Amino acid sequence: MDRRHFLRCASTLACSAAAHPFLTTVTLAGDAAALGENRLVAVILRGAADGLAILPPVGDPSFAAHRPTLAQVPDAIPLDGMFALHPLLRGWADLWAAGELAFAPAVSTPYRDKRSHFDGQDILEAGTAGDAGLGQARDGWLNRMLQSIPGLRGETAYAVGREALAVLDGPFPARQWSPDLSLDLSPQARLLLQAISHDDPLFRDAALEAMELADLPAGATVPLPEGERVARRLAEVDRLADFAADRLAAGTRIAAFSLSGWDTHRAQAGGIGLPLMRLERLVLRLRERLGPVWARTTVLAMTEFGRTVRENGSRGTDHGTGGALIAAGGAVRGGRILGRWPGLAEGDLYDGRDLLPTSDVRAWAAWAMRDLYGFDRSLLEGAVFPGLDMGDQPGLIL
Amino acid sequence: MIDRATIAAMRFGYGLPLPEGAPVDPAAMIERLAGPDLAARDWPGLTLDALMPGLREAEAARVVARRDAAGRPAYRAALRARVREQLGQRRTTLARALGSPDGFRERLVAFWADHFTTTARVGRQRTLPLALVEDAIRPQVAGRFAAMLEAVTLHPAMLLYLDQSRSVGPNSPAGLRRGRGLNENLGRELLELHTLGVDADYGQEDVRQMAELLTGLRFDTDEGTVFFPAAAEPGPETVLGRAYAGDDLGAIRRALADLAVHPATARHLTRKLAVHFVGDAPDPGLAAAMERAWTDTGGDLRAVCAAMLGHPAAWDGPLTKARQPWDLVVAGLRALGVGPDRVLRFSGGAFNRLVGKPLAEMGQPLQEAPGPDGWPEADAAWITPERLAARITWAMTAPDRLLEALPDPVALAEAGLGPLAGEALRVAVSRAEDRRVGVGLLLASPAFNRR
Repeated sequence: MDRRHFLRCASTLACSAAAHPFLTTVTLAGDAAALGENRLVAVILRGAADGLAILPPVGDPSFAAHRPTLAQVPDAIPLDGMFALHPLLRGWADLWAAGELAFAPAVSTPYRDKRSHFDGQDILEAGTAGDAGLGQARDGWLNRMLQSIPGLRGETAYAVGREALAVLDGPFPARQWSPDLSLDLSPQARLLLQAISHDDPLFRDAALEAMELADLPAGATVPLPEGERVARRLAEVDRLADFAADRLAAGTRIAAFSLSGWDTHRAQAGGIGLPLMRLERLVLRLRERLGPVWARTTVLAMTEFGRTVRENGSRGTDHGTGGALIAAGGAVRGGRILGRWPGLAEGDLYDGRDLLPTSDVRAWAAWAMRDLYGFDRSLLEGAVFPGLDMGDQPGLIL
Repeated sequence: MIDRATIAAMRFGYGLPLPEGAPVDPAAMIERLAGPDLAARDWPGLTLDALMPGLREAEAARVVARRDAAGRPAYRAALRARVREQLGQRRTTLARALGSPDGFRERLVAFWADHFTTTARVGRQRTLPLALVEDAIRPQVAGRFAAMLEAVTLHPAMLLYLDQSRSVGPNSPAGLRRGRGLNENLGRELLELHTLGVDADYGQEDVRQMAELLTGLRFDTDEGTVFFPAAAEPGPETVLGRAYAGDDLGAIRRALADLAVHPATARHLTRKLAVHFVGDAPDPGLAAAMERAWTDTGGDLRAVCAAMLGHPAAWDGPLTKARQPWDLVVAGLRALGVGPDRVLRFSGGAFNRLVGKPLAEMGQPLQEAPGPDGWPEADAAWITPERLAARITWAMTAPDRLLEALPDPVALAEAGLGPLAGEALRVAVSRAEDRRVGVGLLLASPAFNRR
């Protein structure tokens, strides 16, 4: 439909909204034939999440010496002889026991040494090696995966949450959505808005999506206990998780979340509390809401890099290198620790200060995509994660 | 070809109509910038000195309240007083943007305030971020970057935001006594964000050395910014190949001065200015001229601005930058004729309804940038379905709440966009079912949302 037609319609008021293709309600039943029944949920933990807090290596003889205060976690839930679960993740103990939770405790992207959040996050989401240069692959790895499937429809993928996510950015038309979008426009106002936005693609597309998303039924509303900051933040997680789970149970196959607050330079013991609670809640809420679909779901949580092994002068930690990857879901072969643990003895640290990564975080994501959706290795090592060497099959997915 | 006056207003100011008496040629604009800060005179702001008594009061009340429940009402009253002060700061900022005939200065202040982003970590310190703007940034926008950098780095808002007060030299007396250590946050962001930029040629060791050099520098509620020798890491530090000896503020000042004129700083910050004001892929000649001005003058910001305004590329269309939410709200209020006196009388509730909450929904909650790198530049970060919906909603509802009678949308298009209001836009706003929708369409249009 061209611009002149828009203007004619607007001026004669002769067009009904229903006849106009851009106002068609989005179809939520996506093309499951292309991706099958497996669901993938990516969770980006923004701010360099401390893997040694999430999964304290209580059995490592050097741990307590490096972290005089932060290694004191008396209520940590032991998982095996070496690792425990942070007490605020205690709801995950059942998942571990059921084989639906696994950790790779020493992973990173190839990005080294600058330890900048802003570079690190972009590289995590662009999924390229640091030295390839960011100019080469600006869109995210999930999106590049989606682009490689012919005929895959845009409605299949959603990026959820208020913060802009690069992971689904890119030519593939994914949707950014947050539960509170409302837009009160008459049909005629909508037509006029489209007419004036027509020549500016960024505004035009955003306006169209806004109108379509505003028409979707409202997400589940959760009554908030009065005055409880934590309950409010957790209720936010519930709303996002419920919406995503409902879509995943229907036509959606991929969802990407962003959780921030992990940059715990000081007073980490307190500061990491809410981020951990939100992360725990997200996974458990997804499991609850997905019901039988949980058996076909894989959740991968990753971060741009880990944090220093030693605590700093403010009872916090600074930017490091090796961090943790979390895998959860009914499709995961869990109840185990993945990858080699390099140890925390002085001689085993990277650069004398950080956890040494023993595998590439992108490889875990690539193997998950291969096992869930059948992608070729050459595609994953070429287009999706340029320069990656996937290595041997780690057997993460059932 | 867009005329100079329109470019001056949109790109280097807060939009049309041009303020009365506003200069539109580069020499006159720089001359005004070099002159006195009339907006600060006409709408005085709160400096740190004015705010410290309140900060101390809140701190003291908190200590009492933690010991004794009877102290809680006084603490809550102190917190409410800080909220009122912050409202005053915000109204002043808005009034200046609306009323000043030197929009370029206000835009520059906003740019540097974002470059040196701070946020308050706790409610009782909420007045500090705008105090930093008033004390450390405003006075230097046409001065020397080195002076701005020093004032910012030593300001309580920055010391608290980036944990400097908690950084202790591991081998300092305080460090050895209490087993405390370094916090690298300020040292890192100083190099990575504030001066050299992440692509520059420095490493983790420089970050650590900078953090060690900064030890001793801290904020004390009673004294303000102080140097506490017992926390200073003994011995000289070497940053980027230069040694800084002397465990005192002098060594810190020397390091900051060197960073301010470092070639990487010149490149990083002139590029940032060009991207913010002119466009995301700046003309190489423009960028080079600005960088040269920085290195030739040792970081004289007036000279850098002169180089920017003096280059023809700064005056070429098209206008491609998305207006950030603050810019949109200011431009919208100006186009609607809402003046500084009016906003100075806004209650907290009115300010929140008309400005604060809409800005948050558009993605730019006031003084709450998500990280020290401030607000994003890319227009795709701002024009998302959700955030554009918030702009549209504000455009459709706020004017009606602000004005007794809405203007004719076509007249508003002329006043607020001039030559930038194309045929399609004029036709569309004239066809709206009522003035409210017509005005809303105008303020939500791409033409009004790009600069």
